[in-house]
Amino acid sequence: MMLDHAMLANLIEDTVVPKINFWIYIILMMTGLYAMISKNNLIKKLIGMSIFQTAIILFYVSIGVKSGSGIPILGAETQREFHEVEHHNHEHDEHPEEFPDVYAYPTINPDDYANPLPHVLMLTAIVVGVSTLGLALAISQKIYHEYGSIEEDEILAQIKTRSDNDD
Amino acid sequence: MKLLGLVAVIITGSLLLYASGDFPAWGDANSPANSNQQVSVRYIQDSYAKTKTPNEVTAVLADYRGFDTMFETVVIFVAGIAIIAILSFLGEPNKPRGGDIEEHPETPDLIIVQTCKLVIPIIQLFALYVVAHGHYSPGGGFQGGVMFGASLILWALACGLPAALKRLSEPRALVLSAIGIIIYAGWGFLCMLLGGNFLEYAFTDPLLPEGVEKAHSHGMLIVEIGVAFTVTAIMFVIYANLSSRGRLKGGL
Repeated sequence: MMLDHAMLANLIEDTVVPKINFWIYIILMMTGLYAMISKNNLIKKLIGMSIFQTAIILFYVSIGVKSGSGIPILGAETQREFHEVEHHNHEHDEHPEEFPDVYAYPTINPDDYANPLPHVLMLTAIVVGVSTLGLALAISQKIYHEYGSIEEDEILAQIKTRSDNDD
Repeated sequence: MKLLGLVAVIITGSLLLYASGDFPAWGDANSPANSNQQVSVRYIQDSYAKTKTPNEVTAVLADYRGFDTMFETVVIFVAGIAIIAILSFLGEPNKPRGGDIEEHPETPDLIIVQTCKLVIPIIQLFALYVVAHGHYSPGGGFQGGVMFGASLILWALACGLPAALKRLSEPRALVLSAIGIIIYAGWGFLCMLLGGNFLEYAFTDPLLPEGVEKAHSHGMLIVEIGVAFTVTAIMFVIYANLSSRGRLKGGL
């Protein structure tokens, strides 16, 4: 029994712990997917869609993480270095005999800054997600106005009786 | 149906969990997305020298990926118009929408109204700061626009929707959101008129002070202001329509 516990602990340590972020996002994503498939209420389906979307946003942002890095905004120190180089090169253009050298811009170590690309992609995804959610809520209001219900089975039953009446 | 859904979700989830073993570890600086071959390294290293914008996210958002952001803004605009189109025929079809706006039946609470009068200017000032300072700190047109829209929604919650619609009526909000896209696309066309490609900010250098690199930075600011206009107006339009079921009166 003790051995089993130790083996289980080792298994968890080897598989779950290093990828704990992905495990959390997948569980979150599957929660949203289950709500979208199984819930009968349209608003609950939309809540599931939002959870699903949040899981994907978190997934993307976690891809851009580098351990030991900061936010992708250049610090004041780096900006000053750039300005000094630029000032010097400007002087070189004006008086080439006094300032003969052209300095190169300082190189930035990419490991010091988090990956900006996932942040950009998710920034727009969040706002577009809000507007599509608003659109979905508007359609649900229209459906409620038309059928007096936002329960999927009641709506389907009404659609069926209506089409039978037409025939 | 519920059981079937659960089975499908468990199968999908366990496949994904199995695949997570091949994903890069947390914070791996050499993972496929972060490795030296990727374009993001170029963004980090070159964006300040080329655009004079310390916030790399803003530089990528508004300059390198300017087309993408422009059409994201158009998506928001279209979503707002679609919400109005869907909801405008609910309620009483024969009466004009929001035509005879009657006063809110309940008088708004004194404490709430006074607190909102105190807080809303601060929210709006901070929203403008977030838009204008998006090059140097976290922020930009989307974030500032949402904040500004939230201040209008706060006023609608405190004093009722008609009071907020007196400040920003729906047609005016739609004009405002269209102006935002016109600012964004117009700046792109201005770059074309000056001899560059669409949204090639470097060619607006003659109009703006301080050189080609700074022209990128200023172009981004103008574009972000356009985004903020659209997002502000559409957030308010979405709230106004959803909360009153398209009647634009009463509300929450």
